[in-house]
Amino acid sequence: MALDTTDDTRDLARLIEDVLEAYPTKARKNRAKHLGVSQPVLDDDAEPDPAAHARAPGIGSACDGVKSNTRSLPGVMTVRGCAFAGSKGVVWGPVKDMVHISHGPVGCGHYTWGQRRNYAVGTTGVDSFVAMQITTDFQEKDIVFGGDKKLSATIDEIRTLFPLANGITIQSECPVGLIGDDIEGVARKKVTEHGITMVPVRCEGFRGVSQSLGHHIANDTIRDWVLEPNAAKHEAAEVGPYAVSVIGDYNIGGDAWASRKLLEEIGLEVVGNWSGDATLAEIERAPRGKLNLIHCYRSMNYICRHMEETYGVPWMEYNFFGPSQIAASLRAIAARFDATIQENAERVIARYQPMVDSILAKYRPRLEGKSVMLYVGGLRPRHVITAYEDLGMVIAGTGYEFAHGDDYKRTGHYVPQGTLIYDDATGFELEKFIEQVRPDLVGSGIKEKYPVQKMGIPFRQMHSWDYSGPYHGYDGFAVFARDMDLAVNSPVWALFDAPWQPAAEPATA
Amino acid sequence: MPQQADKVLDHSQLFQEPDYREMLDNKRVRFECGHPDTMVQEIADWTKSWDYREKNLAREALTVNPAKACQPLGAVFAAAGYAGTLSFVHGSQGCVSYYRSHLSRHFKEPASAVSSSMTEDAAVFGGLNNLVDGLANAHALYQPEMIAVSTTCMAEVIGDDLTSFIQQAKSKGSVPEDFAVPYAHTPAFVGSHVDGYDNMQRGILEHFWAGAERVPDERLNIVPGFDGYAVANNRELKRLLGLMGIEATILSDVSDVYDTPSDGTFRMFAGGTTQDEVMAALNAKATLSLQHYCSRKTLEYCTSVGQETASLHYPLGIGGTDELLMTLQDLTGRPIPESLRLERGRLVDALADSQAYLHGKTYAIYGDPDFVYAMARFVMETGGEPRHLLATNGSKAWAKKLQALLDASPFGKDAQVWAGKDLWALRSILATEPVHLLIGNSHGKYLEQDLGVPLIRLTFPIFDRHHHHRFPTLGYQGGLQVLVRILDTIFDQLDRKAQADPLAAVSFDLTR
Repeated sequence: MALDTTDDTRDLARLIEDVLEAYPTKARKNRAKHLGVSQPVLDDDAEPDPAAHARAPGIGSACDGVKSNTRSLPGVMTVRGCAFAGSKGVVWGPVKDMVHISHGPVGCGHYTWGQRRNYAVGTTGVDSFVAMQITTDFQEKDIVFGGDKKLSATIDEIRTLFPLANGITIQSECPVGLIGDDIEGVARKKVTEHGITMVPVRCEGFRGVSQSLGHHIANDTIRDWVLEPNAAKHEAAEVGPYAVSVIGDYNIGGDAWASRKLLEEIGLEVVGNWSGDATLAEIERAPRGKLNLIHCYRSMNYICRHMEETYGVPWMEYNFFGPSQIAASLRAIAARFDATIQENAERVIARYQPMVDSILAKYRPRLEGKSVMLYVGGLRPRHVITAYEDLGMVIAGTGYEFAHGDDYKRTGHYVPQGTLIYDDATGFELEKFIEQVRPDLVGSGIKEKYPVQKMGIPFRQMHSWDYSGPYHGYDGFAVFARDMDLAVNSPVWALFDAPWQPAAEPATA
Repeated sequence: MPQQADKVLDHSQLFQEPDYREMLDNKRVRFECGHPDTMVQEIADWTKSWDYREKNLAREALTVNPAKACQPLGAVFAAAGYAGTLSFVHGSQGCVSYYRSHLSRHFKEPASAVSSSMTEDAAVFGGLNNLVDGLANAHALYQPEMIAVSTTCMAEVIGDDLTSFIQQAKSKGSVPEDFAVPYAHTPAFVGSHVDGYDNMQRGILEHFWAGAERVPDERLNIVPGFDGYAVANNRELKRLLGLMGIEATILSDVSDVYDTPSDGTFRMFAGGTTQDEVMAALNAKATLSLQHYCSRKTLEYCTSVGQETASLHYPLGIGGTDELLMTLQDLTGRPIPESLRLERGRLVDALADSQAYLHGKTYAIYGDPDFVYAMARFVMETGGEPRHLLATNGSKAWAKKLQALLDASPFGKDAQVWAGKDLWALRSILATEPVHLLIGNSHGKYLEQDLGVPLIRLTFPIFDRHHHHRFPTLGYQGGLQVLVRILDTIFDQLDRKAQADPLAAVSFDLTR
């Protein structure tokens, strides 16, 4: 049974203490700052999160007591990735009509090859390059003599073999920054030679503390190598009064399509989606949009702020997980436009209501009261909470791999006080927390999936949607509900104990 | 509005619904600014031409879809096969997340490893502090019996010296002085995962054997090599050894590591070769590697301590298994029992039963060097003709060795060996010189999609099919599994063709 999340704050605090016991002193001090229990809100004037409408009028708890965005401890089995993962894997990789070079040794591109499910329509290797591993495959001589020459020749060969690619990004791996290569110099030269967009990205894996800096660096390269040099292009673009860009939807399992559908149905014109299923043109056009709608705040807020300052495009956060947040978000988005759009939004919400009702009628009774622990990246640990609550489920704990303070502030809008909060949790902590809290479902990543399932606890991957999806929008919510049910209510969890063996004694290894 | 509570559509069906099709068409036409359909088609056709092939094969700098990973992945895999062993990869932390994900996606199992999480300051000052603190943390939290240290390219580029770092960590009390911390330098910019496997194996053996006195006995050591099927293959190997009455130590045995039961307990450590076994393995009469290209440095070391050594190229099929058994017989003096002759006969029987469907089938095979060699050999035993044999991490020496195998059979006369080429090169090769069947791993599905050549997944990594690695490919029993996979693909193709065309429907035969 899960602990009662609102009453057992003291138990959770003790649990944290117990878990910290195992660490050497220095590490214990560090980790203690990253673990906590959400607290009562002291500051009543705190500004509500525009993306968290459902829990109006305000804030459920204070979650920003935990420290975040600091270096991971060595040797503890952090779940985090690196800046390359943040840039190549998240921000740039999904842009489909550009070739993304994994610049350096072969591994980084290999492990990310086809692994992030950012769906894109196109012909792979002809006009779409998402599911490809394109690399300079550094050898020892490239380390010794530098890789610029090889990069330059690689770009030329890409132009020959992939003539329909509209641009090339250079995703730096660790050695590039250590051996003093001038990838910006190569890129500038190649822009002149080939006349297409080149984007050198300094996302070496040793930079920063997690994927997060990779997002930021990638955002900055959009500013410096796409928006700025192409000012003439976006100034010439013609867009209507309802033009919006969706920022930070990576189209996992088709998320961006399920979202786009709703935005179009309320009468908006989605002139670009960053960066799932995106083309370079969609990115170039964004400064002309009337509003930027940001879903993944953590990975793309930087460029939204830049577009607001430089081009005057306002931005707002929204949340398309689960019917409560979808309806609230559609209304909030529509409120930025005229009465027609607002009426459309009401009509769309009403039109989907019967479908939502039928999904809830089927799945809510099967999931009511079940507890969930989440450990995901930088957005979903808060954004999906209301979708679970729509299904009658309760959140027992949540945490982020690579969030910052502003994310934990926003988390308070979603979770009640007395919820276990963990930042950059280690494999050890997750195992102990899950073992003690015994939630009915855990949502995390591939590395966590199998350990948790071995413990007999249902699991869904919440980065890749466990090869399912979409989960965004009303159509996505139906899939989300189905998937949580099939995980929680699978007959397999009842088969763990051999009938001749007492349940409390698992077989020894 | 496509969704209904009693029929929820996920991505595999949802986006084929008319409203989504229309929306995506509209997006493409109005906002994507893509190239005209005719141009896309024209280029798509051109990528399958001889002209494109020439340009594609002439590449000197660009690598596209290489069939290889980097050294530390192999090191983590090798270390995982030792009891209670935690891999500690010194360098940037993202790498370790990648290895863990990669192994979990293939085995559908937990894959534990830690990183020293080096960042900018370590790039400037070196990663000593990270290693000192990291070993202490890993030891305290996970209580392993051994920590095997390998390196990412970051640590290699800045030149961190593991020998000295580990010694310093021990003297600072990160782990007890007598705690086993074997290590291997595994630069990602040299070789591939098979070399990382080799380096880590050698590192572990050196750690336990250096300075110890060898008292030769009659036991045998076996190095399986980097093998995605190791779970089942190592068990099959142990069965064969048991039938021959051979006492052997498998050096790095992941069979129980990547195959733990679901019974309510997560076992971070399970199975694996114990330290006592590794220490005793110094005394072995001989060390046999099942994959030559995964073990060159390891065997060199085994020779240097006075052991006999021998290596195979992944003993699969009739000839491959014959060679394994005869090598075992030669090394140990133990005769091959009658039961194995019967097993052999059963695989031959199966080949004879099915030969009509196998004879003259043409194949492209890619993967690690030893696997490609083994598959080519087995395919020729079935009457098939290997046409294109590709190993991105294959050397000239490998190509020469493989060529000799091909030259010895009439079924190998039209084969071409492609050492160092990648799967984008293979795309051109297969577009211009097609084959009936493609043997490789999950990455081959893009070739299947583009060229219509049926893919048979028989080597690491297999992400998109489940549990194949739980069945052996080695030995006569494994040969039977491989044979059935090939035959099923051939029969499925026949049925699919018969279903696709009314005229061909006459061939929709009930018995074959």
